[in-house]
Amino acid sequence: MKTHLNTLYITTQGTYLGKSGESVQVRAEGKVLAQLPLHNLEGVVCFGRVGCSPSLLGACAERGVSVSLLTQHGRFLAAVRGNTSGNVLLRRQQYRLADRPEVALDVARRIVLAKVANSRSVLLRAARDCVAGDAARLDTLRREGGRLAASAPGLREATTIDQVRGLEGEAATHYFGAFDALLSPSASAEAFRFTGRSRRPPLDRINALLSFLYTLVLHDARSACESVGLDPCVGFLHADRPGKPALALDLMEEFRAFVADRLAFSLINRRQVSADGFEVRENGAVLMNDATRKAVLAAYQQRKRETLAHPFLEEQTTVGMLVHLQALLLARWIRGDLDAYPPFLWKG
Amino acid sequence: MPYAESDLLPISALQHLLYCDRQCALIHLERLWAENRFTAEGAILHRKAHGGRPESRPSGRTTRALPVRSFALGLFGVTDVVRWDPAAGGEAVPVEYKRGRPKKGDCDRVQLCAQALCLEEMLGRPLGRGEIFYGRVRRRVAVGFTPELRRATVEAAARLHDLIGSGRTPQAVPGRKCDRCSLRDLCLPRLGPAAGSARRHFDRSLDALLAGEGPTD
Repeated sequence: MKTHLNTLYITTQGTYLGKSGESVQVRAEGKVLAQLPLHNLEGVVCFGRVGCSPSLLGACAERGVSVSLLTQHGRFLAAVRGNTSGNVLLRRQQYRLADRPEVALDVARRIVLAKVANSRSVLLRAARDCVAGDAARLDTLRREGGRLAASAPGLREATTIDQVRGLEGEAATHYFGAFDALLSPSASAEAFRFTGRSRRPPLDRINALLSFLYTLVLHDARSACESVGLDPCVGFLHADRPGKPALALDLMEEFRAFVADRLAFSLINRRQVSADGFEVRENGAVLMNDATRKAVLAAYQQRKRETLAHPFLEEQTTVGMLVHLQALLLARWIRGDLDAYPPFLWKG
Repeated sequence: MPYAESDLLPISALQHLLYCDRQCALIHLERLWAENRFTAEGAILHRKAHGGRPESRPSGRTTRALPVRSFALGLFGVTDVVRWDPAAGGEAVPVEYKRGRPKKGDCDRVQLCAQALCLEEMLGRPLGRGEIFYGRVRRRVAVGFTPELRRATVEAAARLHDLIGSGRTPQAVPGRKCDRCSLRDLCLPRLGPAAGSARRHFDRSLDALLAGEGPTD
């Protein structure tokens, strides 16, 4: 397993990636911009018009480095992956378990419970960091945190996947209701006001930021599924739909709040992104500019290097490794090493 | 019972099997692989052993990277080097290259013997001995293909076919060898029945988390 989790993100249009010995060479306008050894690279993500040489693609496939091609704005287009991992027996067992409603319900319930608990932890952690005197924010964070905790018994007793999804939706409403309170008052509060979840297209700056971060986490979740041999498109909580990476989306639920949302708000609160780093179009659609996108990518990579103790494995790891470890635990449960899949719980 | 060509398994899997049943299953059933220093050094050594051209020396002609198989054992592989010994009437002497030093267990000898049994089947004549070259100590060890070693090899091959045929990855038996295993992080040897119930662990942790005031770091 890769321990460095370095992902090479290429955002400059017209860049060409070639292979030079055992490394990736990044070229643009006839100049070599960077050269990175393949052996400590986990993935290469190309945004927009970026070329890759066939020999580089082959070398990446052989060494288990995933290469993903996204649009300039981060929508997934295609990926090149090798043949090294992937066990047909594991996949078959995954399909069998996903086809059993009682098994799917059991996993889905635990995934949503972890999502709710981790969302609550993000709110309570922000409450702890609130300066005294900011009573309104503090009150919102604690109140919605309490409502999230209150949804746990219902989730535990849910008897169908649809009930689980319904309760997940209710919990999400409470969580998003506290989003404005996650902004520190000094941040340009008006420009970053949350107007409700919107994706296609994002209708405010927070949504533009979140959508992009979710794309990055989803990319990592998808790679993690594939590297342990699971089919990223057959999930438990998320229903099958052609082209939808349902299992990667399942795996991502545990990390949305802890990894993506926290990062989005800390980028704003620490003024690492600013209101004018976003473009508001005529119809209200909001897009990030290139500089903001680069700042977010750098911060995300930085975040992935932070260390923490894994609650179940009781080993030190990094934020970036978490999604791989969870994919591995998922595979271990599917192959019968574990009696259940234990989603990640952020204990802080 | 002779195996069909499509059922042949790689000789290298025998070594994994003798090291650890679970490692063998992770590599050959789960198709997982991870490099560490030991495996990377081994790969370089083998590239060298396979890379050269045939040579003729007074000690005999040598052939590198010769593909071999046995339908009786159900195995196939590639020998590092086969020396054709003129002193023994041109008898084939398989030579295997190992990066480390001679080990206590049988696994290197079994691997070499499996190559020899493949060669015997293809050449139609018996082989008496082979050699293992250990990189760390730069020493050649002669290995006689005794009836005991042959029996151990046949048994290991049968066990390998049982394991792969079952399609099941056995539980880990954690031990000191896990420290040297490149698959450690993928195997998670401490998981398994001994580690207790993941379900209970999750339920308890969730209750504690929801009862608390949230993270403190």
